[in-house]
Amino acid sequence: MDTQTRIAKVDRLRADFPLLGEWDLAYLDNAATTQKPVQVLEAVKHYYEAENANPLRGVYALSELATERYEEARALTAELLGAARPEEIVFTRNATESLNLLAYSYGSAHLKEGDEVIVSALEHHSNFLPWKAAAERAGAKLIQLPCTPEGELTAEALSKVLSERTKIVAMTQVSNVMGRKNDLRPLIDMAHAAGAVTVVDGAQSVPHMQVNVRELDTDFLVFSGHKMMAPMGIGALYGKYELLDAMPPFLTGGEMIETVHWDRIRYAQVPTRFEAGTVNAGGAVGLGAAIRYIRDEVGFDFIEAQESALVKIVMDGLSQMEGITVIGSQKAEDHKGIVTFMVDDVHPHDVASILSTEKVAIRAGHHCAQPLMDFLGVKSTCRVSFAFYNTEEEAEAFLRALGKVRGLMGYGK
Amino acid sequence: MGNSTFYNEVLTDHNMHPLHKHDLENPDYVLEGVNPSCGDEISLQLKVEDGVIKGGSFVGDGCAISQASADIMIDLILGKTVEEALSMADSFLRMIKGEATEEEIESLEEAGALEDISHMPARVKCAVLGWHTLKEILEKECGKQ
Ligand SMILES: Cc1ncc(COP(=O)(O)O)c(C=O)c1O
Repeated sequence: MDTQTRIAKVDRLRADFPLLGEWDLAYLDNAATTQKPVQVLEAVKHYYEAENANPLRGVYALSELATERYEEARALTAELLGAARPEEIVFTRNATESLNLLAYSYGSAHLKEGDEVIVSALEHHSNFLPWKAAAERAGAKLIQLPCTPEGELTAEALSKVLSERTKIVAMTQVSNVMGRKNDLRPLIDMAHAAGAVTVVDGAQSVPHMQVNVRELDTDFLVFSGHKMMAPMGIGALYGKYELLDAMPPFLTGGEMIETVHWDRIRYAQVPTRFEAGTVNAGGAVGLGAAIRYIRDEVGFDFIEAQESALVKIVMDGLSQMEGITVIGSQKAEDHKGIVTFMVDDVHPHDVASILSTEKVAIRAGHHCAQPLMDFLGVKSTCRVSFAFYNTEEEAEAFLRALGKVRGLMGYGK
Repeated sequence: MGNSTFYNEVLTDHNMHPLHKHDLENPDYVLEGVNPSCGDEISLQLKVEDGVIKGGSFVGDGCAISQASADIMIDLILGKTVEEALSMADSFLRMIKGEATEEEIESLEEAGALEDISHMPARVKCAVLGWHTLKEILEKECGKQ
């Protein structure tokens, strides 16, 4: 796609996002959550205006319609991830809940004293704390898989920590700090050869690139809808059917059973077994609409082209600026829409506050990855993260605002 | 609100060239204050004799607002009685909530330069970190008397 066509497409797509029109702001915190297109907002509204009943419960036509909409969203999610069948998708609130479900259900059924769980140094707290707790409950050991200074997970590093005691290997596909895409297939093959299952955190990859669970051959993968144009409160867990089918429930209660008697309980089939209580059908419909929107209106080729063009502008600009340190790889092509950096002498929260007064929204802090901050030897950092609807002007506005920061704080005068 | 009022010279000066950022010899009180949202940390150190603040300093690490606010605070309370310092802490906390009177803000001298932070809810915790820590120490001191 040539530059002209790409820019025209961004302009056209931006019109789909009501919030972008409401705010005079360069919104560059998309790794935290994205804005929502009208196609998603309308789909949710339509569901509640015309299709709402408690799915999976009623036998009347309206409930059947609600069930159909909910299951349609599951099929779309399965298609997005290249899952073998829709039953391999469990709806949850977000990536965090998916990981907790796994750690409680799979973890409690399979971890024993003396076992080991490997978690990479890159992980968000959501893919660290549930495993730490699961390991503690079982008397198993939690082992860190280090990353390279560029933020890469390598087969070499995994070979040093993997053993026949390893039962679970949890890794992120794209780190929310380093922004680097990990080529996980070789690591997943190694884990399988050692008899372990793999858990991939796709929170920052699924929204930005075509992820195929069968090509990856991962046992489990999680993501959040709200980071990919869907409403907050809907996310998913993908699991290979045989593995899910053998797992005990996580939450118990309504909906997730076949029969319940005082002394005899049969749990429902997968995935219903893992969806206790009334489900977030409106959210699922919104996720389905977001997946359709990305597939039909945007496309991953375009997402990758636009985001890498923006990253290139920012990386080039930062490399020419005094007093800036980019965390991780110094090469633009290694950053999937995310660039994390520090400004000499200025605390990240001061950087973000100054940028806020310049109408640029970026994230500052530890990004829920404190073990990674320790690993890197920093306390907190600043992060810009793009979505396909961000423009070249916004990337330039960010650089201009950042260029003022040290001066405003009294440095370099 | 522009930057000129927010990250003003008082704030950036105290951040770059703090007067009281060092350890105190034989302090009567040492108390850690932490603001988990920014990761700001200070350790406030005070000497109190006969109800008067005779010495004060802090060490720590954090954003400009937390560090400058602590430095300005110590400047202000040195030589004051415990009661005066406590009343200043109350005025400061009211100012940050946007509830202080003109006179109150004036009585806070340089600390009044932080008034605009009341418009930045995400940064309020940074500005009040030193003052909260001070209040905690002084309330202990009052309890003793
Ligand atoms: C890599 C990664 N994993 C997990 C999460 C957790 O996502 P959520 O808060 O939606 O559960 C995030 C987002 O904050 C993330 O960036």
